[in-house]
Amino acid sequence: MLSRILIANRGEIALRIIRACHELGIEAVAVYSEADKDAAYLKLANQAICIGPAGAAESYLNIPRIISAAEIGDVDAIHPGYGFLAENINFAQICKDCGITFIGPPVEAMRLLGDKVEARKLARKVKVRVVPGSEGTIENEVEALKLANEMGYPMMIKAVAGGGGRGMRVVHNDISLRAAFSAARTEAKAAFGDGSVYLEKFIAQPRHVEVQVIADNEGNALHFYERDCTIQRRHQKMIEESPCGVLDERTREHLAEAALKIIKEAGYVNAATVEFLLDKNNKFYFIEVNARIQVEHPVTEMVTGHDLIKWQLKIASGHTIRFRQKNIKHTGVAIECRINAEDPENNFAPCPGKITRYVAPGGPGVRLDTHVYQGWTVSPNYDSMICKLIVHQRTRAEAIATMKRALSEFVIEPVKTTIPVCLDILSQNLFVKNKIDTGFVERHF
Amino acid sequence: MAQKHSDIEKIKQLIDIMKANDLTELEIEHGDDKIALKRSQSEPPRYFVPALAPSAGSGAEAKESPGIKGPSTEAQSEEELVEITSPLVGTFYAAASPDSEPYVETGSQVESQTVVCVIEAMKVMNEIKAEASGTIVEILVKNGEAVEYGQPLFKLRPGDS
Repeated sequence: MLSRILIANRGEIALRIIRACHELGIEAVAVYSEADKDAAYLKLANQAICIGPAGAAESYLNIPRIISAAEIGDVDAIHPGYGFLAENINFAQICKDCGITFIGPPVEAMRLLGDKVEARKLARKVKVRVVPGSEGTIENEVEALKLANEMGYPMMIKAVAGGGGRGMRVVHNDISLRAAFSAARTEAKAAFGDGSVYLEKFIAQPRHVEVQVIADNEGNALHFYERDCTIQRRHQKMIEESPCGVLDERTREHLAEAALKIIKEAGYVNAATVEFLLDKNNKFYFIEVNARIQVEHPVTEMVTGHDLIKWQLKIASGHTIRFRQKNIKHTGVAIECRINAEDPENNFAPCPGKITRYVAPGGPGVRLDTHVYQGWTVSPNYDSMICKLIVHQRTRAEAIATMKRALSEFVIEPVKTTIPVCLDILSQNLFVKNKIDTGFVERHF
Repeated sequence: MAQKHSDIEKIKQLIDIMKANDLTELEIEHGDDKIALKRSQSEPPRYFVPALAPSAGSGAEAKESPGIKGPSTEAQSEEELVEITSPLVGTFYAAASPDSEPYVETGSQVESQTVVCVIEAMKVMNEIKAEASGTIVEILVKNGEAVEYGQPLFKLRPGDS
């Protein structure tokens, strides 16, 4: 087992990883920017090292400083969490060059799956249906127009180096494609350093369903069932649940098999999530692989009883999978609400500031993953997500009831949060009946 | 009657003495006479002196001395000092190599471009400049010590040499 690791992240995921380390007897070294110097979770780490000023570029994204911290912290490995450097190929390579284990996939698998066009080719190779679209990158407008007219609008322009809902634009006709095409390339270049784009057919009113997998370095892989992340706003997930309530057993099995095939073909090791779109006929289409642990991993942990972060640490330590797939079961329904420090009445504008009153929910079936506490100042420098509230009950109806109760108990003042929006969504008839698609939030709010 | 009156006078005087000297308890024994007085304490006024320049790892501490107004002379001289902090995460070295003389010592005069130490990060030796001119008053870290971003390395009294 690894003996000492550095957590190259902050906030709730840093705390999550510290907790898994403590339970496995692994020492945890935390890093922090000056904006996070008062974070309570730092005291739970064995060592905390300041790596820079508030700005992410000078701290959590600063590879030399993080590697230096790993050196002075004398660690065996680095856990990158999610976001920041978690899918940065350069960082993974540098860790390898410095003899530090990167808790995640090998560089080659990350590179392959990080290129969305290559990932689609890989899926097609193992006979997994992908969203119909371009074979490779689209070099110019003429090509784009030709393909769009062959396949039929609406189409989606996507960044090859994008992912996580970023770098995507829907176009409905030749005029909007012409208008969007070069803008999409410019944005992609600025955001991801690579302006290459590809095209996909836009699937109307899809559901977003993803499969959690873990693979070891001997080619064994396990799935931990699927998560339904259809409730999104601007391609950012708001509410996630497991299992997906509209899947029949056969589709569930096929979906999981497809995910495992892709992961094995890519030579992937450690935790990943394979994402699909589900159309109205319950046909699924591969979109991308997220080569990291995800925000919504707790939902899977609740229904399967497995600790995914511990799995990551064990795999990185060289452990091989001894579990049989048939022994991974799921029970009940888990739902997670992401709570952001945003003002829903002001177009979800971020609301940084000091939390002067904080009362956490509790009771049966409630789990809260957060770094926030009374007196904590939400910084403007980072993502606005401050808490993840997760519930687990035997049925979806009971899970919804528990989530509504827990959200109503939750007090976070005076910072504005998305708690009221979550409550609203959970009360919508269509949500309760599970007749939703990825456009649901934007249509209703 | 007269004795009682003088007793009360005595007590009044004692109370005045207690107040004047901010005493909370007073006990006097004179032969067989014994008097004990206790005064309820109201919060004494607190005066904080400005915090001393914080050293690595510890928070700034406030001193309280009832009745003292304004900064103490020690705090006053501390206020003039400036810290040179680490711009990197790494290992502090006082000299260019184990055999060399340290770049600076207490009392050394420095200018903004004077190299004051080396911080090793990822096998690269980075020369750290003073960025201010003055006299090195204190060296806060040991040779070979790990330092984090923002950690104070030296105290400098600013001033031209």
